This record gives sequence, C-alpha cells and structure tokens, in this order.
Amino acid sequence: MQFPGRRKKLIGSSQNDLYDHCLQFYGQPPLENISLAEFETFAVERLKLLKTVENIGVSYVKNSDQYSKKLEAEFSSLNFPLKTELGDRKVQGGISEYEKRRKDHISHFILRLAYCQTEDLRRWFIQQEMDLFRYRFGELTPKHKTDFLHKNNLKYETVSAEEKKSLKDKLITSSYGLSGITVEEYDFYKVPFQDALDLVRTRKVYLLAGNAYIPHHEIVTIVLNDFRTRLSKALAMTARSLPVVQSDERLQPLLSHLSHAYVGQDYSIQKNIGKISLEQIDALSGKSFPLCMRHLHKALRENHHLRHGGRMQYGLFLKGIGLTLEQALQFWRSEFVKGKVDADKVRLLL
Amino acid sequence: MSNSDYDPACLPDLLPIYYRRLFPFSQYYRWLSYGGVSKNYFQNREFSFTLKDDIYVRYQSFTTQNELEKEMQKMVPYKIDIGAVYSHRPSQHNAVKSGTFQALEKELVFDIDMTDYDDVRRCCSAADICSKCWTLMTIAIRILDRALREDFGFHHLLWVYSGRRGVHCWVCDDAARKLSVAARSAVAEYLSLIKGGEETLRKVVLSDPIHPFINHSLLVVERYFRQYAIVDQDILGSKESVDKVLAVLPEDIKKDLAVSFKDEKDPMKRWDLLCDLVARKKSNSKKGGQYFDKEIMLQYCYPRLDVNVSKGVNHLLKSPFSVHPKTGRISVPIDLKELNTFDPFEVPTISLICEELERPRAEEAEEDDMKDKENEQEAGERRRIRDYKRTSLAKYVKVFDRFLEAMARSRKGDMLKKSDLQKDF
Repeated sequence: MQFPGRRKKLIGSSQNDLYDHCLQFYGQPPLENISLAEFETFAVERLKLLKTVENIGVSYVKNSDQYSKKLEAEFSSLNFPLKTELGDRKVQGGISEYEKRRKDHISHFILRLAYCQTEDLRRWFIQQEMDLFRYRFGELTPKHKTDFLHKNNLKYETVSAEEKKSLKDKLITSSYGLSGITVEEYDFYKVPFQDALDLVRTRKVYLLAGNAYIPHHEIVTIVLNDFRTRLSKALAMTARSLPVVQSDERLQPLLSHLSHAYVGQDYSIQKNIGKISLEQIDALSGKSFPLCMRHLHKALRENHHLRHGGRMQYGLFLKGIGLTLEQALQFWRSEFVKGKVDADKVRLLL
Repeated sequence: MSNSDYDPACLPDLLPIYYRRLFPFSQYYRWLSYGGVSKNYFQNREFSFTLKDDIYVRYQSFTTQNELEKEMQKMVPYKIDIGAVYSHRPSQHNAVKSGTFQALEKELVFDIDMTDYDDVRRCCSAADICSKCWTLMTIAIRILDRALREDFGFHHLLWVYSGRRGVHCWVCDDAARKLSVAARSAVAEYLSLIKGGEETLRKVVLSDPIHPFINHSLLVVERYFRQYAIVDQDILGSKESVDKVLAVLPEDIKKDLAVSFKDEKDPMKRWDLLCDLVARKKSNSKKGGQYFDKEIMLQYCYPRLDVNVSKGVNHLLKSPFSVHPKTGRISVPIDLKELNTFDPFEVPTISLICEELERPRAEEAEEDDMKDKENEQEAGERRRIRDYKRTSLAKYVKVFDRFLEAMARSRKGDMLKKSDLQKDF
C-alpha cells in the first residue's frame, strides 16, 4: 500500500469513477492516506465478514436462500456494500454506499498484507474471498454482470439472437436444465475454451470453433477462476514486498494479530488443552519433558522394556500430563509387545 | 510387395542410408521452426534417441538443420522421439540454475493404440493388427479430427501412422502449443467416453441430455458399426461374444434377448432385435434416456485415448518419419482425403525404400549429377529430394509438404492481420 504525500481531493465525478461498481476485482491498490484507527477498524470488520462467510458456508448450503439471507444481514451490520446503485447523497445518519465501497476496497488490501505469508493463510483467504465474491456476483442483475465483465477486461461477447436460434438445439442438449425458452431468454457468453476448463472437461457446455457457449448463470464459474488466479498471483507478489511493510512499527503488531486470529479450523476447536495425546509423546519428549523423563522414554523406546521403578515413575508422569487410562494402556502395550512380552502380561505389569 | 522382407538385423546397415539419403530433413526442420516466429524455437526443442543396444539418450538439441543431420547420421538412432520446447537449450540443461529449466510449449498430441481395444476386438490382440480391426483407427481419426477442428477450432493437425499398431495426432496450432497441462487434460477428458478397466463391464454410460459431441461421434460410429462389428468382428455370432455384449444390458432386456437369440441366428437380425427391444423399453420407461444400443456401439468402436500422453507438456512422442525397429515401417503422415483406402500394410518399410534407391535411374538423373558437381551443399539436398522421390516415401512426404504449406499460409494471414491492426502498410 502506498501513502503518497498529500491526501487526494476527491471531486464528485471522480468519486463515481473510482467506485462505480459495487463489485470489483481489487486490481488497483488504494492510493490515499488513512488514519491508523480506520486501518485497524476496516481490517477487523472485513475479517469478521470473512469469518462469517466461512461459518455460514459450513452451516448452510452455499448460495441457498438461508445462506443468502444470513450473509446479507451480516453485510448490513458491518457496513459492506451491497446496493448496485451509488446514492448521490449521504444517507441520513448512515454511511453512504460510496463509503462502503471504499471500505471494501481498502480492507481487502489490508488483509492481503496479513494473509500473504504462508500457504495456509493464502489458501484460507482466497477461499473466503472467493465465496464472498461468488455471493456478491450472484446478487447482481444480468446487466450489472455484463457491465462488470466489460469493465474488467473479460471481453466475453454475448451470443447474438440469430446465432442462438441457429444453435438452439445444440445449446439445449449441452447444458443441463435448459429448455427452448430459457435459451431464448438467457444471455449466452462466448468464452475461449481455455477459460472454461472445468465445464469443458465434464462436457457441460457447447463448444464451437474453440469457444464455449456459457449461459449467464454459469459465467460466475469462469469469473471466479479468473478471480482466484489474479488473487493468487497478487498474494505471491505481496509476500515479496512484505518485509518493507513489516518494518513499519505501527503496522507490524496489527498485521500479525490479524493473521493469527482466524485461520482454518485448528484454532477454533480447542483440542485437549492441558492434555496430551498418544501421537504427541515422541515429539514432546524431545522438546518439553524434563530430562529424567526424557531419559526414561528413550530407554523404553530403545529396549521396549522398563523396570518396575521406571514404569511407576514414567507412568505417573504420563498420567500427570494428561494421558488417559486407555491411551496409557495402549502406549505401554504397544511398546512392550515389541519387546516380545505377551500382551496379556502387560496388563499385569501396570 | 511393400514388405520387401524386412529383417530387423539389417537395421544397422539400412539406417545410415536412410538418414543420409532419404530422411526429409529440410521439411522436418521447416516444421519444427514454425516460420521462425519465436526465437530459438528449434534450438530449444528436446529430442531423444534410442541407439543400438537400447541405449536411451535424452535432452538432445540442435542449433541448425545441418547440425541435426550430422548428429543423426553420426549417432544413427533406432528410435527418435520429439519432446517439448524448453526455456533453454536442452543439451545444456545441466548448466542452467536448478528450477529455471522448464518445458514451455509443445504440440497437443494424441496416441491411439490398438492394444487398448483388446477387450473388444476378436480378430487380434496385443501388437497384432489386421485389416478388420484397422477400421477402429479409421473411426478414431474421423471422430477426433472432427472434434478437434469443429469443437476446439484447431486447424493444423498431422495424423501419423505409428509404424505398428496405432496412430498419433500432432495438433500444431499456435494456441495448441501454448496450452497448459490443465487445458490439455481437459481436452483429453472432453474427448473420452470409455471409462473403466478390465473389471468394468459397462464402459459407456449415456444419460439425457446427450451432448452434441456425443451425437456427432455416434453419427460416425453408426456409419461403420454394422460392417465392422456385426460382420467383421462377428460380435453377435458365437455364444461367448454374445454373452459379452449382453453383459452390459439390464437383466430384463438380457433375458428377453437370450430367448429371442435361440431362434434367430443371423447376427444382423440379432442386432436389429436388440435395437428394437431397447427402443421399446425406452418408450415404456418413465425414466427415459435409455441408450443401451448406442452405448454398445460406442463401447465397441469409440476411440480410446491415453490421457497421460496428451496431458504432459514435456511428454516425448515418437517422431514422424522415424523407423519402427520391429516392423521396419516408416512413421508416415496419413492423408485424410484417402483415409478410407489407407492400408497400414502398404506403408513402406525401410528395406523397401532402400531397395528402391538402388534401382537404375532415368536419364535426367545424370544431367542433374553434372549440376551437382558445381555446388556441393545444395547438391546434397537436391540429390536427397531426387532420391526420395524415386521411392514409395514420396507420396507421404507430399502429404507433409501440404501440411507445411497450410501452416505457412496461415502464418502469413496472421501477420497480415496483425500489421493491418497496427496500420502498418
């Protein structure tokens, strides 16, 4: 993100140019000054939104009515843009559509900084942004969809009415759920087949002269692929310029807090706090066990045997760090059996 | 007779003659340079050679046509494969920083191998082929050629006989050469209808709506099915093969047919009975969309491709005009205009064409020899052109020439379009 010297004075018309569509590909980074407070607020709110996208996506079928309703509610409460028309004046006591779009733009780029560093972070971020984008694109009217495509250099032409007529039968039989009427009504886009590989691979689309004829409700898949590719590339580039940003002391703590907050599942499911599980023993013995215990563990693994005193000491220790009775039995049995002690006898040993 | 008694033991003697006097180097170089539009396209192309005693060498590359000729005449490869165009000269790949040596472009290729049809052909198996099962290749070429041209918009396809039991297709369009791995695999999957291995009985499943591509393919299959499958392969003749055909049908239809077939022994009439029964069941069924007869036709005739060959950008494939060491046949381009009369057993062997070289030459040849003494280098090429023209290889080189002409014309057209757009008159 760049912070050029002076704050740009935004005049009415250029305001409209910058955010003339409620949806964007986030191609250009924002070029203005904002306060740290705004920086932080925007980032946190977008993170909340993305987290909600993730949760709602798990609880409901994506793009079903319930999904859409829930997401719409979240949009309003967090002040993210939904309306397709830019209002002229500031809404009484509320935030203008323009302001919401600006927030959308800036918050996306802030989160890019926070989520570009590792493969996992990137994957999570891209997944949520894609789901978010899919939802918002789906809410657009057909006209706005075409507008969006043209503004973003996805120069996919719509198929002319005459061509549709001549290809009617072929179009009906190539996509599931189309009839003569829908073919006439729907817009079809001509997309080079290289941009529609998923549909080509499964033969779910009509191909002619290297172009796939995509009904407009499928165009979102194409657009999403493009979105994912662009975002993926951008994140890789952002990761390379990250050191510069991180050297700014004001931003560094915020960014690392953001990236540690909501990532994937591991952090939200509290697994056995204060307890350990079988798989962890080997790893932990090297790092966190007291030396005496580490020694006992090593001896057990090497000799597949421990004498009475050793078993008592180590057994109590394992119980203390949280190994359950069943796991303890399993642990000892598996180890002693390797030492060719009868499994039944092991029970007597403990 | 085309065979001229090829004996693999003669290969070490015949190959040097082939590479010195018959291999069409200038056309070959012209092909792989693609008009010189991309810098170093030929220089960065990987070739691999299989030498005598099965020694395999990869990452061969050449800077000029002359170098290619000299090396091939020196190394005398038994087999030649063509790979991808890389980011650097393949022969220097070890000198390149690790990770930066990458395959960039390659033709989109398809390999149809007769052994993949073993479960549905009764006349031959494994590496054998005969005129009866060769029809499968004809069907495959017609279906794939149409789809690649009409559906995918490709124009420059080179179909080549592999020398023994199959055909290869080289799609040479600019756009094809630039395709990613994902795109290649998507194209191959679009073209695949046969799913399942040895244990799968019903390898083709059709459901409504039937995609236009499948309909086009069925039209081709239907043209050949009766003669090929019912007559030549006799799939409804013996009990064993009838059982195999019926195995893909549902129980009720199977039972009815088993009964009808007791009285009807004529295979053609049996096929008619099968189709009628399927049609009747379809109109009675609420589900509709039951295409068992079409599925059987496709299972027995539809092309079987190896997706892995087409997927990889760096996959190596046998070169056109290379010799097949086991059969001695040259991998020649196939003229699609004469596809119906193409006979793999008439394809010239290396022993035949070398023998044809030795035949007494016409009078004009002696005059040409005089001209040659004046200019050595051109002489070599002129002599080579005169030489292959005297052999059975001639007509196949002509097919290749026409293919190259078409690409050259198309490149010229593209350049004109580009300069028009740039207002460059």
